[in-house]
Amino acid sequence: MTEHFPVLILLVPLFGALIVVLLGRERPDQCWVTSLISLGISSLISFFTVIAVLSGKVQELRYRMGGWPESEGYEIGIELRVDILAALVVFAVTLIGFVNTIYSKTRAEAEVQGKVPFFYALMQLLIVGLCGIVMTNDAFNLYVLIEITSLTSYALIAMGNRRAALSSFNYVIMGTIGASFYLIGVGYLYIKTGTLNIDDIHMVLGQKNSWADQSIIVAFIFIMLGVWTKMAFFPLHGWLPNAYAYAPSMTGTFMAPLMTKVMVYVMIRVMLWLFGYKFVYSGQYIWGELIIWMSVLAIVAGSLLALARTDIKKMLTYLIVAEVGYMVGGAWLGNVTGQAGAFYHILSDAAMTFCLFIAASIIVLRVGDSRVNAFDGLFRKMPLTMIGFTVGALSMIGLPPTCGFFSKWYLISGGIEAGQWEYVCALIFSSLVNAVIFFRIFERAYFGKISGVKEDHFPTDSDANPDIRIKEVPWSMLIPLFLASGTVLLLGIMNRSLFEWIQTALKMMNA
Amino acid sequence: MTEFSFIPLFTWIVSLLAVPMILLFRKRPDAREGVTFLAAFMKLGMIFMMLPLIREGKILHFKFGEILPGIPIEFRVDGLGMLFALVASSLWILTTLYSIGYMRGLKEHDQTRFFCCFAISLSATIGVAFAGNLLTLYIFYEILSLSTYPLVTHHGDKEARSGGRTYLSHLLGTSVAFVLPAMIYCYLKKGGDINFTDGSLLTTNIDAGAGLIVLLAFTFGFAKNGLMPFHSWLPNAMVAPTPVSALLHAVAVVKVGVFCVIRVFTGVFGIELLEKLDIAVVVSWIAAFTVITSSLMALSQDNLKRRLAFSTIGQLSYIILGVSLLSDFGVTGSILHVAMHAFGKITLFFCAGAIYVAMHKKYVSELVGIGRKMPITMTAFAIGSLSVIGLPVTGGLVSKWYLVMGTAQSEQIALLVVFLISSILNACYFLPIVYRAFFCRPEESLYEGGRQEAPLACLIPLCITALLSVISFFNPSLFIELAELIIK
Amino acid sequence: MDPIVATFIEENIVPNFNYWIYVILMMIGLYAMITKNNLIKKLIGMAIFQTAIILFYVSVGVKDTAGIPIISHHGSEHHQMAGLSSEAGSTKEIHNKIDKDKYANPLPHVLMLTAIVVGVSTLGLALAISQKIYKSFGTLEEDEILNELRPGGHD
Repeated sequence: MTEHFPVLILLVPLFGALIVVLLGRERPDQCWVTSLISLGISSLISFFTVIAVLSGKVQELRYRMGGWPESEGYEIGIELRVDILAALVVFAVTLIGFVNTIYSKTRAEAEVQGKVPFFYALMQLLIVGLCGIVMTNDAFNLYVLIEITSLTSYALIAMGNRRAALSSFNYVIMGTIGASFYLIGVGYLYIKTGTLNIDDIHMVLGQKNSWADQSIIVAFIFIMLGVWTKMAFFPLHGWLPNAYAYAPSMTGTFMAPLMTKVMVYVMIRVMLWLFGYKFVYSGQYIWGELIIWMSVLAIVAGSLLALARTDIKKMLTYLIVAEVGYMVGGAWLGNVTGQAGAFYHILSDAAMTFCLFIAASIIVLRVGDSRVNAFDGLFRKMPLTMIGFTVGALSMIGLPPTCGFFSKWYLISGGIEAGQWEYVCALIFSSLVNAVIFFRIFERAYFGKISGVKEDHFPTDSDANPDIRIKEVPWSMLIPLFLASGTVLLLGIMNRSLFEWIQTALKMMNA
Repeated sequence: MTEFSFIPLFTWIVSLLAVPMILLFRKRPDAREGVTFLAAFMKLGMIFMMLPLIREGKILHFKFGEILPGIPIEFRVDGLGMLFALVASSLWILTTLYSIGYMRGLKEHDQTRFFCCFAISLSATIGVAFAGNLLTLYIFYEILSLSTYPLVTHHGDKEARSGGRTYLSHLLGTSVAFVLPAMIYCYLKKGGDINFTDGSLLTTNIDAGAGLIVLLAFTFGFAKNGLMPFHSWLPNAMVAPTPVSALLHAVAVVKVGVFCVIRVFTGVFGIELLEKLDIAVVVSWIAAFTVITSSLMALSQDNLKRRLAFSTIGQLSYIILGVSLLSDFGVTGSILHVAMHAFGKITLFFCAGAIYVAMHKKYVSELVGIGRKMPITMTAFAIGSLSVIGLPVTGGLVSKWYLVMGTAQSEQIALLVVFLISSILNACYFLPIVYRAFFCRPEESLYEGGRQEAPLACLIPLCITALLSVISFFNPSLFIELAELIIK
Repeated sequence: MDPIVATFIEENIVPNFNYWIYVILMMIGLYAMITKNNLIKKLIGMAIFQTAIILFYVSVGVKDTAGIPIISHHGSEHHQMAGLSSEAGSTKEIHNKIDKDKYANPLPHVLMLTAIVVGVSTLGLALAISQKIYKSFGTLEEDEILNELRPGGHD
C-alpha cells in the first residue's frame, strides 16, 4: 500500500476536482465539503508518506507511472520519487491547501460569485500540480506540471476583480516566458544526454564530465532563469506583487506561501540532483559569487520596497521577494548548512506567509481598508487576529522561538561558514527592516484610534461584503489563522529534528 | 560540582504562572496584587533555598531540551547568576509594594497590564540570570525587551510612543544586528555548542582581530548596558511610570545588559584568553568615555529622572570598566557593583517617584527646601546618593573600593583617575540636591507647611532599600562570596 | 564578400540555419510580448515564442535519412513484437530488429504534442482573461488601462 502513496496524493484531488465540477451544477453548497474531504485525504496520505519515508529502510519511495519497467541503459516512462525532502514539501502543500479550504468556507461565495465550484476545482488542480512538481523525477514532466500549476493559478487570480484580471494577464506573460525558458533548457539537456529522467541525466552528465560543455552551461542558465522567473527572484519579480495582492483573498492566502517556495524547491532539485554538486559549485566558481550578490540585492530591494508600501498586502508580497532572496542565496552558498537552511526556510516561510496573509485578509475584510492605517487600535477590537498576526510578524523579524529565528540562524551559519559576509549582512539588514515594518504596525494597532470605514477607500475585494464592522471574524476563519501560527511555533521548536532529516538527505548529494 | 535540580525551573516559572492569575483577578486589585506578592516571595524563597548550595561552590543545572543541534535551552546557576537573581527578586517584592502606592496614588490606568508585564519581565530576568548558554541568554534577553515595552509605553501618549520606539529600536536593533552573528560565529568556531562552562567557551583558536570584533559585537549588541553610543534609549525610557523606571531601569533591564557583558567576558572569552589577546583595553576606554560623558550630561539635566538615568549610564559603565580590567579585584568589584548600585539607585528612583506622587514635582530646580516637607524621603535620597557616589557608610563604597583596587592591580592608573573624576562629578550632581533640599534658608524654600510624605506603601520600600545600602556596607560578605566564585 | 565572413556564415550559420530561424522567431515573440501595447498582440507574441520552442524541439529529432517514426507492418511477427511488452528483453529485440536510422526520434514529437496542448490552453486562458479585461475596462490597450487605474488607484 505504501508504494502507492505518491500517486494517490496526486489522484485524490484530481478526482476531487472532477467531482466538484460535476456537483457544482446541481449542488453548489456541497463543493466545499467535497473539497475539504479530498484535500483532507490527500494531507493524511502525505503525512503517512512522511512517516513511511522516515522509517523505511530505503530513504525514498519510487513509483513508476504506468508500470513501465526499469531497464538498463535508458528509462522509459515517468517516475515519481519521494524522499524526505519531497515528502515534507508535499505534506506542507496539502496541509496548507486543506487549511485554506477551511478558511474559504465563508469567503467563497462572496468573492467569486457564481463560480464557487470552479474555484474549488481549480484549487485542487493547483494542489495536484504542486505535489506533482515536487514528486516527479522527469524533467519534461516537471515542465508540464509547472504549467498546470501556472495555468490554474492564472485562472484563480483572474477570478477576482478587474485589477486582478489585469495582474493575472501580466502574470500569464511573464510566467509563460519563464516556463518556456525552462523548456528550452530541458531541450538542450535532452540533446546532450538523450534522456529526460532526472537521475539518468545526472548520471550521463557525470560520465561525460561535461562541466565545461557550453550547451550544458547554457541549459543550466536557461533552466535557472525560468525557475527564477517563476519564483519571483529579483529582478524577475515584477508579476508577484500585483498578482498576489489583488487576487481574491482566499486565493492569495494559499498561493503566496506555496508557489514561489515550490519553485525554490525545484531550483534546489535541479542544482543538486539534476546537475550535481560539482557542476554547480566548483565548475564555474564565479557563479556562486554572482548569484549570492544577486540574492543580496533581492533581499535588500525586497525589504526596502516593502518598507515603502502603504498597502498591507503589497507589503507582504515584497517581503516574499526578500524571502526568496534568502533562499536562493542560502542554496548557492555552497555548503550543506546553507542548502539545508534554505530548505528549512521553504517550510518555515510557507508557514509564516500563510499566517500573515490570512491575518491580513481578515483585517482587510473587517476594516474595509487595505492600507496600513487599517491596523489602528486593532489590539483591542480584534485581539485574536492580532495575536496570529504577531506570531507571523515575529517570525519574519526572526525572534525565537518562532521558526523564522531558526532559519535565520542556519542561513547565517551557512553564510559565515562560506565566508559570504555580504549575505550575512543582508540577512541582518532584512531582519532590522522587518522589525521596523512590523513594529510600526504594532504601534498603530496598540495605540491608534480605531478606524471606521473610510469613504474614499480603494475598492478591495471586501466591496462585496456589506457587513464591515470591526469585530472578530467567524471561527472558520480564525481556526486557519491559529493553525498557521501554531505551525510557525511548532516548526521552530521542532527545528532540530527537521534540520537533521534535511541535512542527511542533502549530504548525500554533496559528497 | 554540577548538580541537576528542579529549583531553577520553579524559580523561573513561578512568575509566569502568576500571569494568568493576575488576569483572572483583574477586577479585584487587592487579590491581584496579592498574587504578585505571593509569586515574588516564592521566588525569593526558592532562591534562598539554592543559596547554601551555591555558596559551597556547587552549580545547579536544569535542561529543557535541545532546540538547535547541540544547543539546549538550559539553566545553570552559579555564583554570578545567584547574585543577580537575589538582587532582582528581592527588589521585585519592594517594587511591587511601591507600585501599589504609586499607581493607586496617581490612579493610573491599565494596572492589570502593568502587573502582568512586570511578572513576565521578572521571569525573563531570572531566565537571563540562570542562562546556561548564549542562546538561552539571547532568547530571554529578547523576551525582556518585548515584555518591558508595554511598561515603558504605559501612558500611551505621544511621548510614550516615541520613547517606546527609541527603546525598542535601540535594543532590538543592536541585539539582532550584533549579538546574533557574534553568537553564531562563536557557535561555529567552537564546533557546535555555546555553553558557559567553568572555563571559557572560545579556546585559543581565535586571533586578536576577530576576537576584538566579536567582543565589541557582544558589548555593543547587549545595548541594555547603556554603553555609548547606543545609550539614548535609557533617558528616553524615563517616560515610564516611576516603579517601572525604578526596577527595570535601575535594576533589571540595565543590569541584564551588564550581566550579559560580564558573562561574555568571563564565560565566553574567559579572563585568560582576554589577557592573552589584550583586546579588553578597547572596551575599557569606551566605558571610560561613557562614564565621563554621562556624568557631565547628568550635570545639565533638570528633570530628576533624566538626571538619574544619565547617572545610571555612568554607573553601568563602571561595571563594564571593572570587568574589562581583567584583574581579580576589578571583576569582583564590578559584580559587587551590580548589587550595590541596584540598592542605591532604586532608592533614588523610589524617592523621585514619591516626590512626584506627593508634590507632583519632576524637576531638580523645584526641589529647593523640600527636605522639611518630606524628610524621610529626602534622607533616603541622601543615603542613595552617598551609595552611588561611593562614600561611607553605604555599600557603594565597598564596590568602588574593589574597582579602584582593580585598576591598581592591573596597573591602569589612567582609569583610576577616571574613577576619581567621575566620583567627583557624581557628587557634583547629587549633593547639591540634598543640600538645597535640607539646608536652604527659609525664605528660599518653595514649600511651606508641615510634613506631607508620599503614601506609606511608597515610603516603606524606599526606607528598606536605603537601609539595605547601609547594611551592605557593614556586611557585604555574602555578595563578595558569590562574586568571588566566578574568579575561581 | 570578405572570405572571413563567408567562412563564418558557412560554418556557423548554414548548417544550423534552422536553429537560427528558431532563435529569430523567439526574439520576435519576446519582443512582441514585452513591447507591444495591445494585449492581443502580446498574446500573439507569446504564441510565436512558444511555437519557436516547439519547432526547436521537433528539429532535434530529425535525422538525415529518417522518415516518419511509425513502424510499418510487414506481417504478423512485427505486429506481435511491435506491441507493448513488459519484458526488458523483448524491447531490446525490437530495437535490434529495427533500424533506428530510418525513423526520426519520436520522443520530441510526443513531448511537443504535450507542449502544444499546454500552449493552446495558455492561449485560451489568456484570451478569456483579455475578454474579462475588455469587459471591465472597455479597451485592450495597456496604456489606456493603466491610465484609467492611475488617477483613482494607489500602488
